[in-house]
Amino acid sequence: MTLITEITIFVLAAFVGFEVISKVPTTLHTPLMSQTNAIHGIVMLGGLIVVGYANDPLEYVIGTIAIAFGTINVVGGFMVTDRMLGMFSRKPKPKADADGKGDS
Amino acid sequence: MIAEAVLKPGGSAATALYIVAFSLFIVGVRRGTHPTTAKQGNLIAAAGMAVAVVTTLLLDGIGNWGLIAAGLGIGATIGVVASIRVQMTQMPQMVALYNGVGGGAVALIAWSEIRHGISLGETIPLATLIPVLFAAVVGSVSFWGSNIAFGKLQELIPTRPLAIPGQQVINALLLIGIVAGCVEIAANNGDPSQAIFIAILVAAAVLGNLVVLPIGGADMPVVISLLNAFTGLSAAAAGFALDNVALIVAGTLVGSSGTILTMEMATAMNRSVANVLFAGFGGVPAAGAGGSTEERPHTSIGAQDAAIKLAYADSVVIVPGYGLAVAQAQHAIKEVADELEKRGVTVSYAIHPVAGRMPGHMNVLLAEADVPYEQLKEMEEINPEMSRTDVAVVVGANDVTNPAAKNDPDSPIAGMPIIEVDEAQQVIVIKRSLSPGFAGIDNDLFYEPNTSMLFDDAKKAAADIAAEIQNL
Repeated sequence: MTLITEITIFVLAAFVGFEVISKVPTTLHTPLMSQTNAIHGIVMLGGLIVVGYANDPLEYVIGTIAIAFGTINVVGGFMVTDRMLGMFSRKPKPKADADGKGDS
Repeated sequence: MIAEAVLKPGGSAATALYIVAFSLFIVGVRRGTHPTTAKQGNLIAAAGMAVAVVTTLLLDGIGNWGLIAAGLGIGATIGVVASIRVQMTQMPQMVALYNGVGGGAVALIAWSEIRHGISLGETIPLATLIPVLFAAVVGSVSFWGSNIAFGKLQELIPTRPLAIPGQQVINALLLIGIVAGCVEIAANNGDPSQAIFIAILVAAAVLGNLVVLPIGGADMPVVISLLNAFTGLSAAAAGFALDNVALIVAGTLVGSSGTILTMEMATAMNRSVANVLFAGFGGVPAAGAGGSTEERPHTSIGAQDAAIKLAYADSVVIVPGYGLAVAQAQHAIKEVADELEKRGVTVSYAIHPVAGRMPGHMNVLLAEADVPYEQLKEMEEINPEMSRTDVAVVVGANDVTNPAAKNDPDSPIAGMPIIEVDEAQQVIVIKRSLSPGFAGIDNDLFYEPNTSMLFDDAKKAAADIAAEIQNL
């Protein structure tokens, strides 16, 4: 991929991010922060890649810790978000029913 | 290569799968902005992550499977156990910690990448080197900054703003040093110095500590959200360095959505992001905000009096705050509400947008204590009803009830939306002392003639009141 293609993707993704978060109810700020937090755990892919061409003990250690850190970020992030949101949907909502719970 | 390669990195199949993954992220975040679809959105984003990870594992060049298994195993175990064990009150610091390890991973990947570049002995193209340096600096700042945020929320280090003399100057010097180091490495991209790179990592670590240490505990949500956005950007930078489109899109998505979220959060708390970062709250006690330090007259009562006031009321509004979360008093408060309801008292809870330690945190805490969702009233909903309320009970909340916000235009919190408990017939404030809240200003509410102060730990006070009501 050329650099200019990557920059194009970067700029477009930035606008998507701005657009997607519009007018969030304050109640959802923490869960949403937690969810986006889990998504940046995608850096674990970087760990998987660099460990593939690691070729000395220090790099083995760095790479393995990077994978472990990234995995904690991903697994813990999504699970904690799920627990937070579970606290909300356990109770019937006044306005709308928790339809997100049944079909998942 | 040990791997039985299936997909070519950057090839059509791998890219197509990555596109599926980041599309799921976008849909997931979008659904996360609405209460009815949020839980589903989180699962969709998690599915996207699974696609991204499996795709990467299938790439040509992936090897050292033992290390990968170890990293995945250790990480998943810690992540699962920590998420199950953590208490709801500790959620915010858990998020801080997860954010930190994410930033740490980025910094480590950058380090590994630069070692790899050096070991090849060829000139590292600037298109790779610059993102690597950016990822290293921001990742390191985020790792250490998040750890400090965790320490503050967990109260391992003092939550009050810690002023360091000459702090802005030190930060500026560190930043200049980091930039100079990066320029030096970029200028010598034929043979970059690993020592300078490590020095940059260390300087960024110190900077991360110094930036977050002076910020008070109450502002941590905004800080964590900001660091979250930074970690996202550093992940995107790592994506540039590794030519990985999934990293670029997902990281950027978090970076930009996190920025918006940070600003919305700051607005909800009536703060600007710059204000959070560069000014300790309370540093400028405005003149005329009733900032005199002499003892002002107030009424103090015990649990029994409080119980009587509550038991013979028709309607009671409970205003929970930061102190309730700290004292873990949500279950005890629920008991008081149960006792009152048995006696036919109408009980509701007034939730300020920033009650607790993070926006929405109080709802989670009360839900955990099985408080019915219908009893939770948002600020806009409860304020018009306040004048018809017999007793308002403020539990560990302070600034969000300060009438100075609407009465005194010179107050530092002027204009901040508050829960208008001063409109209620009577107010009981359960608090350890008259000390000011995080805004560092006196609360006029405490000295109103219809306010009674109950000085105690929120949990103990609530338990005492519940017992007294039973005895009536």
